[in-house]
Amino acid sequence: MLKTIRVQDSPFDAAAEAEAMSKGRTEIGALVSFVGLCRDEAGTLATLELEHYPGMAETELERIAGEAEARWPLLGLTVIHRFGKIRPGEPIVLVICASSHRQAAFSAAEFLMDFLKSRAPFWKKEHRADGTQGGWVEAKDADEAALDRWKA
Amino acid sequence: MKLVYFASLRERIGLSEEDRELPADLRSVADLIGWLSAQDEVYAYAFSGGFARAAIDRKHAKPEASIAGAREIAFFPPMTGG
Repeated sequence: MLKTIRVQDSPFDAAAEAEAMSKGRTEIGALVSFVGLCRDEAGTLATLELEHYPGMAETELERIAGEAEARWPLLGLTVIHRFGKIRPGEPIVLVICASSHRQAAFSAAEFLMDFLKSRAPFWKKEHRADGTQGGWVEAKDADEAALDRWKA
Repeated sequence: MKLVYFASLRERIGLSEEDRELPADLRSVADLIGWLSAQDEVYAYAFSGGFARAAIDRKHAKPEASIAGAREIAFFPPMTGG
C-alpha cells in the first residue's frame, strides 16, 4: 500500500497528492480526499497558530494510519498535517484514502479525521484581526464522542 | 527526567521543557502531577482542573501509567488538531 504521512509547515496541493496516489494504478476504484481548512466564521481571525509535538505528531499519525489499514482494505493512504501560522482559507489537514470500493475509502477517511482530531498532538491558538490573542481553541466533547462510534 | 509542556500548559508554566530530579517514590503520571503541583503554585495552577493529558516517550499515557524507565514525559491540554 502506498502510504504518505507528513507533518509540515508549508501548504500542500491536495489535487497533486491525489494524483500522485492514483497515477498509473488501475486497481483503485474509489479515492476519497478530505481537506480541513482554516475557517473564519465572523471575520475576526487573522491567523490560526498550530503548535505540535515534534516526533510524537508523526508517530501518532502513523499509529492512527496503521489502525485504519488494519480495519479496511486500503490501496493508498495519505495524511498531511500542517503546523505553524495558517491564514483563513488555507488548508490545515489532508486525508486521502483509496480502495477498490467506496465504502472502505469513505469510512477510513472519516475514521482518520475523527482520531487525528483528538489524538494527534496539535493545538490551535487564534490570533485576532484586531491584534489581540483570541486564545487556545478548546477541545469539543463532540470530538471525543465521535470516537465511540468506531468501537468494535 | 525530561519534562516537556505544550500549548496552554506551556504558557501557564512558562517553560517548554526542563530537566528534573524526581523522588524515587513517584510511580505514576498522577504522582508526578501531584508532586509538581506541591513544589510550586505555578504548577498547581497549571494542572488545576484536571484537564491535563500526558505522554510518556511520545505515547499517550493515562494518569495511572507507570513512569518507571521513562526518558521524556510530556503534559498538554486536550488536542485540537485536524
